[in-house]
Amino acid sequence: MDQMLSLFNTYTAQFPTIWMAIKIVLLPILPLIIAVAFYTLAERWVIGWMQVRRGPVYIGMGILQPFADTFKLLFKELLIPSKSNLFLFRLAPMLALIPAFSAWAVVPAGEGLVHSDVNAGLLYLLAMTSMGVYGIILAGWASNSKYAFLGAMRAAAQVISYEIAMGFALVGVLIAAGSLNLSEIVRAQSGNLGIGEWFMWPLLPLFVIYLISGVAETNRAPFDVAEGESEIVAGFHVEYSGSAFAIFFLAEYANMILVSFLVPLFFMGGWLSPCPESWGWIGKGGPHWLALKVGIIAFSFLWFRATFPRYRYDQIMRLGWKVFIPITIVWVMVTGVLVYTGALVPNA
Amino acid sequence: MNPVFRYLKSLLLIELLKGMALTGKYLVAPKYTVRYPEETIPKSNRFRGLHALRRYPNGEERCIACKLCEAVCPALAITIDSEQRADGSRRTTRYEIDLFKCIFCGFCEESCPVDSIVETHVHEYHFENRGENILSKQKLLALGDRFEAEIAAARQQDAAYR
Repeated sequence: MDQMLSLFNTYTAQFPTIWMAIKIVLLPILPLIIAVAFYTLAERWVIGWMQVRRGPVYIGMGILQPFADTFKLLFKELLIPSKSNLFLFRLAPMLALIPAFSAWAVVPAGEGLVHSDVNAGLLYLLAMTSMGVYGIILAGWASNSKYAFLGAMRAAAQVISYEIAMGFALVGVLIAAGSLNLSEIVRAQSGNLGIGEWFMWPLLPLFVIYLISGVAETNRAPFDVAEGESEIVAGFHVEYSGSAFAIFFLAEYANMILVSFLVPLFFMGGWLSPCPESWGWIGKGGPHWLALKVGIIAFSFLWFRATFPRYRYDQIMRLGWKVFIPITIVWVMVTGVLVYTGALVPNA
Repeated sequence: MNPVFRYLKSLLLIELLKGMALTGKYLVAPKYTVRYPEETIPKSNRFRGLHALRRYPNGEERCIACKLCEAVCPALAITIDSEQRADGSRRTTRYEIDLFKCIFCGFCEESCPVDSIVETHVHEYHFENRGENILSKQKLLALGDRFEAEIAAARQQDAAYR
């Protein structure tokens, strides 16, 4: 056993790149793909139940439904429009998927459970989540289709508008935490009060705005005008079929799960327990608490979709520019005052 | 309402939370869906499905070729030819229902003076070849023989209202 372990250590030390690649595939990517598969199932169930239906119940009681869907998509013919820009058409799904996956590098799952504990983690995250829109724009443009182009334009305008509100909401977190490192941000939310120490209380408006902007950023209902199946068929990915469509699908859901991780990390104490630390085992933080919080946020995404009708396009723009941005700016100032007066101590 | 007050109220997202509370309630409500092939809902005894011709308990066919059903049929789906039988009674030689024409209104059943043509509970059937949409007299009588118990029970239940 010891011999095997030492052999393993020598190999991993000899080929650090390969070992890193294996770790990346094993830790975020593979579980993420499986999570996406079951998230789609959960979505169909939850929306079905909310519409007083049952959702998928036939293939293995519905549990195997995501695999049936996946294999159906993978076996379908890949159609490429003859007048499309072939290179960009093929590049677009990758550009959507790569940032959706690479953002996970800095997302901590628990104390020290992170691939790269970089100091500018939040900046990296902002960059990666903004990159995703290039895939959408290129997909819409390269398809050479009116619907796809309209979807891409809508997606671009929407994502860019909400990026600003989202960024400002995170500025509040930065001021309150005094760090760009995601683990540091979570640690800044620890304390004797448990749930009372989380940033969602002093930064409540920013928390709500970040959550809503997260929905808008991932082009989910009620902000799914980029897809808008009742108006522009399927928006930017109308010309994509089979596995290329599956990749867009995967990217969208991976982004949803990412936002479901980020909201707890920034505002809900990450892996920290809602109970005070003095309460013994229940007050101890761990990945299970993060999983619980992620589940709540991920569920609320589905809840939003089952509840709210789609926003009209100009209302989305109005909400982003005329409501969210002013409120975030005001609250960033309030946070600054709180920190300046000592009511909120960064890195305490 | 004061616009300032309305603006502040909209910031609290009250309407949105109300909507979510409603859908949240339906999340746990009993579901309406019937898993059809495994699960069926009870049918009315007046259900109008596939047709059948009935017989008397002694085996004699009920139909006396009065052609009232043929006359009343709004879709002209019924075709009847009749002849005198050896014992002197009037009987059909041809009794055909075109299921493509039939609209399952049940007038034939209502018009029948001897309760001969009836509509059964059978609604799960299909055709595999051309021409199978025409139900001949033999097929109708066979259907009647096969579902007689069911047909009789349904007529019995409805007897008080006829």
